[in-house]
Amino acid sequence: MEDSGDIHTGFQFTNFARNEKMVSRGFPMPVCRKTGTTIAGVVFKDGVVLGADTRATEGDIVADKNCSKIHYLQPNMYCCGAGTAADLEMTTQLMAGQLELHRLNTGRQVPVIAANSMFKQMLFRYQGHIGAALVLGGVDKYGSHIYSIHPHGSTDRLPYTTMGSGSLAAMTVFEERWHPDMELDEAKQLVRDAIAGGVFNDLGSGSNIDLCIITKDGANMLRPYDVANVKGQRVGKYEYKRGVTEVLTKKVRPIEIVSETVRPIPGEDMDTA
Amino acid sequence: MAAAVLSSQSVNQASHIDALKPSWLSNEVLTGTSIMAVEFDGGVVVGADSRTSMGTYVSNRVTDKLTRVTDRIYCCRSGSAADTQAIADIVAAQMELLEVTMGEPPRVRVAANTFKEICYNYRDSLMAGIIVAGWDKAIGGQVYTIPLGGMIVRQPVAIGGSGSTYVWGHIDATYKPNMNKQETVDFVKNTLTLALTRDGSSGGVVRVAVITKDGVERQTFLHNDLPQFYQG
Repeated sequence: MEDSGDIHTGFQFTNFARNEKMVSRGFPMPVCRKTGTTIAGVVFKDGVVLGADTRATEGDIVADKNCSKIHYLQPNMYCCGAGTAADLEMTTQLMAGQLELHRLNTGRQVPVIAANSMFKQMLFRYQGHIGAALVLGGVDKYGSHIYSIHPHGSTDRLPYTTMGSGSLAAMTVFEERWHPDMELDEAKQLVRDAIAGGVFNDLGSGSNIDLCIITKDGANMLRPYDVANVKGQRVGKYEYKRGVTEVLTKKVRPIEIVSETVRPIPGEDMDTA
Repeated sequence: MAAAVLSSQSVNQASHIDALKPSWLSNEVLTGTSIMAVEFDGGVVVGADSRTSMGTYVSNRVTDKLTRVTDRIYCCRSGSAADTQAIADIVAAQMELLEVTMGEPPRVRVAANTFKEICYNYRDSLMAGIIVAGWDKAIGGQVYTIPLGGMIVRQPVAIGGSGSTYVWGHIDATYKPNMNKQETVDFVKNTLTLALTRDGSSGGVVRVAVITKDGVERQTFLHNDLPQFYQG
């Protein structure tokens, strides 16, 4: 361990040798939690609709059955995230803060392209080590926009896009049914069906479907929009009544207190202003 | 790069979810690409296909690889999408500043050399093949090609990207100097069509931009409207 006076910013590689040794001795590296994920976004007549599933996986295990993958950035912008859960949470929170500062500095609503530029410039700086793949959507005075942002820092501006392990399943739905100037209900149904494609056909995605609708009048977060996977109801009670199991022998061992010590903790000095 | 060393050692826990996940998901986004630019009397014509691939998945089938640097200078991007987008943004910003300080639009050679400085000095960390083309009032239409290592050379015709390998022979056989605007646009459209139909990493639509002293005229040729060549 380094002494605390020697703090470097950026990624630390000091534990690299130690980790290698541990793996070779049979202690596997802890798996980072990833959002397997299906996320999608479309542009419709009056704005954008963003959608996401709600399963977070740690290797094969579902770590969170109902996590929220649609993150708030600004009142007129949300972004869906796929990739490493920690990276997504931290990146979107950092950007939300930076965007609010931008809004206060300029005195006006932040355009979606500004968020796109900020994301891509940060992710490019980290050369893909931040595992964040995002679908950014929002409405500003220039119109309605959807951007897909990849971990290495490339972005695409598109009328509809999907990301995550379930992206192919979702994209088939979009390629079949998307058309320009859809109505709100049609757009909601389309995104719901696209995410459902990922939820039911991709093992990394599952549970519920969340939607977020953004128009010039603001954002409406529908969580959950569709509880696609309800936990089954237990049919009967599987308890055994007392007395059903025969008691053969009984041994009671009381807990004996052998000794008691009281250690006073020195009181702190009173705080004076 | 240090990145590759670190990532390889921590992928020991092979859960079967990871095995099911297709490799294209973790691949960097590339522009497979066919790009080209041709000088003619009065300006330049630039063209590109529209496919962005991530391994075998096409992440964007309607990409615009003809990126504005200034009003009269465009660049065609091939290689890593992230790298080329970042470089183009940086050069465009620098050109904007230059226009303010110099009081006139920057020359094509200046923009091209700015690209070259970045591509050469960071050659070990970047994967970017760029063609810079435009019009300025000093010389007229110019095309500069900047391939992977950061060399810069001016050429009347430049082709690039993975699809270019299929059309070197075609341009050698077909290009002739002093074509007019329409002939040049047809030459670009035909060349890119040949490249895109043979190269798996290129496809989609053909985007063309004609840059002259009067501005930029953009055209998009949808896949169905592309010329038909020998289909055997």
